[in-house]
Amino acid sequence: MSDIVLHTKGLNKKFGSLVVANNIEISLPRGARYALIGPNGAGKTTLINLMTGMLPADSGHIFLADEDITSLEPHVRVKRGLVRTFQINTLFPNLSALEAVTLAVLERRGNAGNWHRSLPSYGEAIEEAYGILKTLLLGDHCDRPTRQLAYGQQRLLEIALALAARPKVLLLDEPAAGVPKDESGELFKAVAGISSDITVLFIEHDMDVVFRFASRIIVMVSGGILMEGTPAEIAADARVREVYLGTHHV
Amino acid sequence: MADQFKAAIDPQALLREQVRWRWIETIFWLAVLLPFWVTPTYLVLCSQIAIAALFALSLDLIVGYSGLVSLGHAAFFGVGAYAAGLLAKHGWGEPISGLAVAALAATVVGYLTSFIIVRIGQFALIMVTTGLGLLLFELANSAHDITGGDDGLQGIRMWPVFNYFRFDLYGYTAYAYSLAVLFVCFLVLRRLINSPFGLSLRGIRENPRRMPAIGAPSRSHIRKIYVISAAVAGLAGGLSAQTTAFVALDALSFQRSAEVLVMLILGGAGRLYGGLIGATIFIVARDQLAGMNPQYWYFWLGLLLIAVIIFLPNGILGGVAQLLSRKGRSS
Repeated sequence: MSDIVLHTKGLNKKFGSLVVANNIEISLPRGARYALIGPNGAGKTTLINLMTGMLPADSGHIFLADEDITSLEPHVRVKRGLVRTFQINTLFPNLSALEAVTLAVLERRGNAGNWHRSLPSYGEAIEEAYGILKTLLLGDHCDRPTRQLAYGQQRLLEIALALAARPKVLLLDEPAAGVPKDESGELFKAVAGISSDITVLFIEHDMDVVFRFASRIIVMVSGGILMEGTPAEIAADARVREVYLGTHHV
Repeated sequence: MADQFKAAIDPQALLREQVRWRWIETIFWLAVLLPFWVTPTYLVLCSQIAIAALFALSLDLIVGYSGLVSLGHAAFFGVGAYAAGLLAKHGWGEPISGLAVAALAATVVGYLTSFIIVRIGQFALIMVTTGLGLLLFELANSAHDITGGDDGLQGIRMWPVFNYFRFDLYGYTAYAYSLAVLFVCFLVLRRLINSPFGLSLRGIRENPRRMPAIGAPSRSHIRKIYVISAAVAGLAGGLSAQTTAFVALDALSFQRSAEVLVMLILGGAGRLYGGLIGATIFIVARDQLAGMNPQYWYFWLGLLLIAVIIFLPNGILGGVAQLLSRKGRSS
């Protein structure tokens, strides 16, 4: 059990009569690269919202490294090491990239509430933030307000903010959403460069990317998990093909 | 790879540059001393400006930096004013400790209400802060025996500041005293804004949804700044009671809450100096317009506000900043 970092048990969620999460059971081992795929409306983002606590589950439990985090507030889960990014850029438009990542680093270090020392005196945190930005190729642009960054750079900043929290488990909600297909490879190169200590689960629609970067794939349909397996198993499965050909009916 | 050919970036220097004390700030704080020599007959008005500036500065912490609305900030100003006023009326006229009591009283009210504030959204916040202001207004109104109700709190007798500077008729002491308190508060709040906590507040303003996702306890940040803001507003109220030796019920009024918001937006929210500039322009304009046109001066004030919002949507300082950055780019 100790090698499983994130584990959900019987997770359920309904919006009215619509079931968006149906008895979800997943176990992610340390350092794994999981892709979460499924047609639109399958409940992929909802599952991330449930795991991170941004949506309360109707029933079920979430464990992070054997600790039951089901009742913890979202920001506390982040402190424990369960961190996410957003499909739609959820950034700080008028903070520079450096300020934004520095804020996330300071928050992790427990310094973000300090008011009596000036920001520049937290040199270590600033250097750490700059280091993260550099690895994501944002070093040269770190002084510009976020809103002035190119769209692809903003997608990278999404990941930078998450990495600043030093996650154990990183949930990437369509990291390349909105990025042209020929550029999404660049973005996933950044994803591939994430430390192998960190467990990564990413939602992605582009099957080429999924097969290239995921070691295992989870397929969701209508709020439930259809199957889980290696890329080869998924590619060979008749049900999955059915779903993606659009002939699957519930 | 291109990194190697570019000048190295020093991230710490980038952030140091942002918080650097600028020469224009020195000029500003020297300029506010000019009235002692240039317009000595207006020192009473000047002390009102300094007090309103402090009040606007306190509001800037929550409106400008944290992105929350408040239409009931006079509650804390009024509580501070009555606390300082009552203390002096009942025999303790020492100004500095009086201010401490004013701040403490406002802090307590701020702390109690902060539990509600963090639980609600923006529109509800307008309602609740307004409601809170009205509540305290009517409480003070009905407690006639204590507050003097409609007649105001009279009989305040202040001792000299530092047991030496008497409050004089011309407002020398009043202005110097208000200005000193304003300056000290400004320095403290400037540090606060330029601290990690200040950055957290800007994060809340820029994207409250992202904050929990970076592990930030936004609610506790908001409660903290709300209480600090209340304390500073209480100081402003205390100053007002002490320098005028009077507290009108108006200190708690909705109009005062609205006016301070107008001052802040006029000067430019989220810029520290915005409230100071806005308070100056608002009070000078009110004084001048009321002199020229005693009955209809609100008309001209309304016109001024609409003009500023149309032409300078980010307030006067916002407009100046835009002008400077445009000039910087073209040169």
